[in-house]
Amino acid sequence: MATRDSLIQVTDLKKHYRMGTIKALDGVTTDVNKGDVMVVIGPSGSGKSTFLRSLNLLEEPTGGAIIFDGVDITKKKYKDASGKTVKLDIDGLRQKMGMVFQHFNLFPHMTILENMVLAPMKVKGLDRAEAEKKAMALLERVGLADRADAYPIQLSGGQKQRVAIVRALAMEPEVMLFDEPTSALDPEMVGEVLDVMKELAREGMTMVCVTHEMGFAREVGNRVLFMADGKLLEEGTPEQIFEHPQHPRLRDFLSKVL
Amino acid sequence: MDSFIQLSNFPKIAPYAKLFEQGMLVTVLLSLFTVMIGFVLALVLALMRLSNFRPLRFLGLDRDGHQREGGVLAVISRFNPLSFLATAYVEILRSTPVIVQIFIIYYGVFTLVELPSFQLFGFIKFDRFFPGVVALGMNSGAYLCEIMRSGIQSIDGGQTEAARSLGLSQVQNLRYIILPQALKNILPAIANEFVVIIKESAITYTIGVQDIMSAVNAVKGATFIIIEPLLVATAIYFCLCFPTSKLIAYFERRMSRGDKR
Repeated sequence: MATRDSLIQVTDLKKHYRMGTIKALDGVTTDVNKGDVMVVIGPSGSGKSTFLRSLNLLEEPTGGAIIFDGVDITKKKYKDASGKTVKLDIDGLRQKMGMVFQHFNLFPHMTILENMVLAPMKVKGLDRAEAEKKAMALLERVGLADRADAYPIQLSGGQKQRVAIVRALAMEPEVMLFDEPTSALDPEMVGEVLDVMKELAREGMTMVCVTHEMGFAREVGNRVLFMADGKLLEEGTPEQIFEHPQHPRLRDFLSKVL
Repeated sequence: MDSFIQLSNFPKIAPYAKLFEQGMLVTVLLSLFTVMIGFVLALVLALMRLSNFRPLRFLGLDRDGHQREGGVLAVISRFNPLSFLATAYVEILRSTPVIVQIFIIYYGVFTLVELPSFQLFGFIKFDRFFPGVVALGMNSGAYLCEIMRSGIQSIDGGQTEAARSLGLSQVQNLRYIILPQALKNILPAIANEFVVIIKESAITYTIGVQDIMSAVNAVKGATFIIIEPLLVATAIYFCLCFPTSKLIAYFERRMSRGDKR
């Protein structure tokens, strides 16, 4: 399964609560390759969000391994090439994984531009002029440059989510994680956010998306994962998943959502 | 029959007006310093309570280095000494009378620690004023800690998740994301604490701080008049507290209007 150029290798990932009576993740194994647009679908409570949030350790897995940049990030310490024990640099790791949330999570006390430049300045050490120049270019790309000085509360849901996406991109991540990015949006705003995501995919960004947008999964995804009860039940190309579903749970799920 | 208040007594206490004036200044200064000490102490306590410092964490890891799912070791591994100390401090200070705390600080701590005896502004005895500020500040810190903790906890968890996933450290998240939002929310509560302290500080006359209440006592001792100086004190306290709390309410309304832009 795990190939040499895969970016993230997930092996038997588990997240158990209460002595294992609740299994949010129950042995998920897969790998994310460079340039993949991986779409994770499944009924609610299937563990797909937990899976995504485990990838940048917003959830601490209770078992299994996630190899990212050659390091098992589920361990707090690891041995480096020279055999020295090093503490896992969790902040450094998260910089390389951009994350977009269902509820946008923009910082309400800062303008859009301040939202954009905070992490590049404080984490990457860019000076303000440089960070702002980059931020404006990104805002330009999503058509929001004229709102740079607005506060999040003055934006529509779709605009907020587009800002959230470019805010994550400002850190130049190696992979983008999307946690149901369109679920909290009014229907007429879903398109504008999906368009940004499609463009990202076209540019070759590695993406992992948890979503209920089956159209997006089919059109943009190159791999689709179906999860239920914390398990990865089926994985394949969009065509395999949507045209020739094998697992009865997947067929049942598709009959409800399509 | 003597009436409850005798107007003729007021001219008799008029020569002591300077005492009340100085007392008012002491009360205001005492309250300001108290809130400042309380604020800093409360911030430290609240961060201790909410910290994630677990020195025994390793006990909760299994052989592969993963978090144990349960059991005694998992419980012990979650022990946070910083949080425990801060919680103990807050609960003890909130469950004992202020006057006991003031006496312990003044007669206990500050008989061991010698304070220089000089006079601030020429009339405030530092060796009385300082213990008063310390005792009230420690007490106020315990109450403000709870205000601050709830202020920090009221910030949506998504804010921290977003900050951390951008690569900000825990400290940067607190400094740039959580505290600015939390402090704005609790500013009215802190200002209210200032009003509470103005009133509570009256108790410091028991250790000889020359506040408004001590002016009342001085007049009482010199003239044997009791009610009228008390009325003067009442008026001064009211004139300090009432406008302040109205002002706070005004700013509170204005700030919440800003949120709904």
